[in-house]
Amino acid sequence: MVAILDRKLLRDVRRLWAQLLAVALVLACGVAVLIMAVGVYRSLIETRDTFYDRYGFADVFASVTRAPDRLADEIRTIDGVLRADFRVVKPAILDITGMEAPAAATVISTPDSGEPLLNRAYIRAGRLPDPNRVGEVAVSENFAKAHGFEPGDHFEALMDGKKRRLTITAIVLSPEYVYAIGPGDMVPDNARYGILYMPESVLDGIFDMDGAFNNVTLKLGRNANEDAVIERLDRLLSPYGGVGAYGRDRQISNAFVDSELTQLKAMAGVLPPIFLGVAAFLVNMVLSRMIALEREQIGLLKALGFSSPAIAVHYIKLTLVIVIIGTAIGFALGSWWGVAMTRLYVRFYTFPFLVFDWSPDVYLLAGGVAAAAALIGAARVIYSAASLPAAVAMRPPEPVRYRQLSLGFRLPRLLSELTVMALRNISRFPLRATMTVIGIAMPVALLTVGWSTSNSMDAMIRAIFFDTQRQDATVSFTDALAPEALVSLARLPGVMRAEGFRAEPVILRNGYREKHLSISSASDLDDLSRVVDADAVQLSIPPEGLMVSERVAETLGLSTGDLAQVELVTRNHRLVSVPVTSVVQSFLGLAVYMDGRALDHMIGDGDRVSGANIAVDETRLATFYGAVKDTPRIAGVALNRLSLENFRKTMRENIDIMSTIYIALAAVITFGVVYNSARILLSERGRELASLRVLGFSRAEVSQVLLVEIAALIVLAQPIGWYLGYVFAKLVISGFSSDLFTIPFVVDLDSYARASLVVVIAGLLSALVVRRRIDRFDLVEVLKTRE
Amino acid sequence: MQGQEAVKNDDRERAPIFCARGISKVYMTGEVEVRALDGVDLDLMAGEMVVLLGPSGSGKSTLLNIVGGLDRASSGTVRFRDEMISDYPEWKLTRYRRAHVGFVFQFYNLIPSLTARENVALVGAISKNPMPPEEALEMVGLKQRMDHFPAQMSGGEQQRVAIARAIAKRPEVLFCDEPTGALDSKTGILVLEVLCRINEALGATVAIITHNADIRRIAHRVITFRDGRIEGTEINQERLSPADIQW
Repeated sequence: MVAILDRKLLRDVRRLWAQLLAVALVLACGVAVLIMAVGVYRSLIETRDTFYDRYGFADVFASVTRAPDRLADEIRTIDGVLRADFRVVKPAILDITGMEAPAAATVISTPDSGEPLLNRAYIRAGRLPDPNRVGEVAVSENFAKAHGFEPGDHFEALMDGKKRRLTITAIVLSPEYVYAIGPGDMVPDNARYGILYMPESVLDGIFDMDGAFNNVTLKLGRNANEDAVIERLDRLLSPYGGVGAYGRDRQISNAFVDSELTQLKAMAGVLPPIFLGVAAFLVNMVLSRMIALEREQIGLLKALGFSSPAIAVHYIKLTLVIVIIGTAIGFALGSWWGVAMTRLYVRFYTFPFLVFDWSPDVYLLAGGVAAAAALIGAARVIYSAASLPAAVAMRPPEPVRYRQLSLGFRLPRLLSELTVMALRNISRFPLRATMTVIGIAMPVALLTVGWSTSNSMDAMIRAIFFDTQRQDATVSFTDALAPEALVSLARLPGVMRAEGFRAEPVILRNGYREKHLSISSASDLDDLSRVVDADAVQLSIPPEGLMVSERVAETLGLSTGDLAQVELVTRNHRLVSVPVTSVVQSFLGLAVYMDGRALDHMIGDGDRVSGANIAVDETRLATFYGAVKDTPRIAGVALNRLSLENFRKTMRENIDIMSTIYIALAAVITFGVVYNSARILLSERGRELASLRVLGFSRAEVSQVLLVEIAALIVLAQPIGWYLGYVFAKLVISGFSSDLFTIPFVVDLDSYARASLVVVIAGLLSALVVRRRIDRFDLVEVLKTRE
Repeated sequence: MQGQEAVKNDDRERAPIFCARGISKVYMTGEVEVRALDGVDLDLMAGEMVVLLGPSGSGKSTLLNIVGGLDRASSGTVRFRDEMISDYPEWKLTRYRRAHVGFVFQFYNLIPSLTARENVALVGAISKNPMPPEEALEMVGLKQRMDHFPAQMSGGEQQRVAIARAIAKRPEVLFCDEPTGALDSKTGILVLEVLCRINEALGATVAIITHNADIRRIAHRVITFRDGRIEGTEINQERLSPADIQW
């Protein structure tokens, strides 16, 4: 008996293949996104953990101006510290043949005796530099790749004001710089930022750091109290200019990896449920119609002696066919995306190895979830079919009851009967119509989220590079200098304007809440780096008090008029109370501004600048870059113009990839929902529509009934999609925000319009595929039979 | 109504409105060839009431479907007035049905989501000089039930709505395929009365397909089908009113 039902199953599948495939594709997207997100998440987290573990990634990091080596023993004995590493870490400016702009670098010392205790480098090629040979250096892999460097190649570096020729001996990767982001950059620029490793004795000589260190990293014991260690370390380092130790959570590279992991987790948590939910609804819809059509057959089968479970199993098998097709496509798609995504990560995150996690349990999970979703969608329909008594099943179902929406009076005829037919059908099946509308709203929301991310990024670029940080370059000095230093800067070729600034590391407190950050000087005269309000209008700088960014105000609970505690960490931790005069807009980190003179006064060491923002004549950029490479006292340089270009390029690439994927996903959902809705409408109303054809209505007019109903559902779905998109996008954007930067939340009208356009086009195309079936109506056949 | 008295057949010479010549229809059902019509000639006259009689499968519906522009003959020609509709492409057939032909079917084929009035108004949208739906419904005696949906009406009422819908466009010809097939005799008679009234009042040619031999008595002319051919044609010298027939 079962074999016969299986034969029916095969024939049903062949007959309904297009509808089943449309559902399977939606399911496949859910499976694929799940496999990709979970697979990449696992790959990333496992690779990270292995890398961190094997190469001794530290738990606590601290910088100091200059601390004597004898402090090392005291630090080692802090309770909870397992290992400690003391290094010299300095900025450098690189001059690389073939690259006009100077590159920035962070130079890190390695023990002469060999490998450090912590943050060891993975050597991809070559050998670590020999302390006995002059000018040997190991460089980070992505930087080497960007320049095509191999061991044996050379470049020049400006370190402590002197230019030196360096020879590459090794290409390395460090757990500390998995995500290596240069000064002023928003995304890694591998050509313009590198990590250099040189022997301790060599760096001590170059930077005059004999018997001293300026960087501490600690590995803690399993049960160590990180906060207590940090507090103790800060106390030890503070006399030597310690600016506050921090844990892995504030280590930049690790913070970026973490935020990527959080995003993947969010992706795995948000997208698959949308697809699986829509797929469950579609399974329900397709099966409901199928069972409605097969009602009499079910009755007959039961009358013949097939049991209710046998009937249920038959339809469960049909559901599983959808699951198998969807899962198979999803596995293939998910693996492909996973590998592609992993490759994309390798461009930004440098691990010694990063391969997509193929572990079978991910696939098992995805397949299981897909089957569960489909069966949940099918459960009620199958149950009602299986529990239908044979005698009832063989009777035709009760006729559908329509109602006239009465207003108590007759409206003038506004809508044609054909339109009324379409609209009345919607109101007749409100639940199905609602689900369909939500199903169509999802791709609208998805696309709105995608494009609003792009809008928000654009807004951030505008806010940062055009409203507030308008300089072409930011130069930082080796020490805080007298303002006269600006004069020599202004004389560099191409410099049109140089605005000095001062940045002072502090701990800002409000009650028990505190943040390590820098207070920057600001002036009404500044035109490059500006402090603006929410409407991007430049604000006048009050002579006293702090102007804090929204992020700072939020995290510390400060508002205008509050008195904030400032701890000057490099000035013997002197405490000053300063009023907050305003809350300002800033998307770059934890910005706090103060009038330049007031800041000098608070610090109490006179008029000083720690760097300058520079506007450069565009036509003379090359000569300016050349001059920077040769200017002593410049410790580091951030090339904002190039940062912007690189950021835009990267964003555009990412957004292009993302848009393509989102459009494809949206099209699949739209097609799945609209195609199936239209097929079911056609199946339910075929007889009516054929009757219309007999009455003399043309194909186009008859199609109108079908298309008007579908179009009405699509139209209803748009505002819901926009709303959901707005809410989701806001969540996504706020998820991006960190102490490093905040992204303004913006959705352009354009994004809503484009999202709708894609969905409307995909929807109408899907409906038109079904419309072709109206052309193939057999008018005579329709009239011979009773519904 | 004329009571027990028979109606004298009006034997004025009528002009043919349809001329079908040598109509054959061959279906392929799987491997088997079915000859539904086998070289049939048929003329329908303007304003006449014709009954096409025959057992099921004898070819009468197939012929009406071909003449009504719903189906195509395998061979033969159909002329409607001066137009050779057997040569028409699909879109012209649609236009032809729209302009000239009304259909009434055994299963009514009403649109369940439209009220009686709306079902009738439907054809108003596609015809040049439609009857107001109220007027058409009044002709079939359903003015009181205008705002009911089909599911709220009896079979006879639904069929009368179907007739009202068919006549609302003032067709020159009304094809009725087993219009009483799904109805009890009392309701069936009511429906036939409506058809007679329309034949008289509008002057439309009415062709009624039936396998019910009793209905023949109401026609001007009765054409009998058997095995895809016309077996015979008879002219009723005396027509009965529907109220006087029984089955």
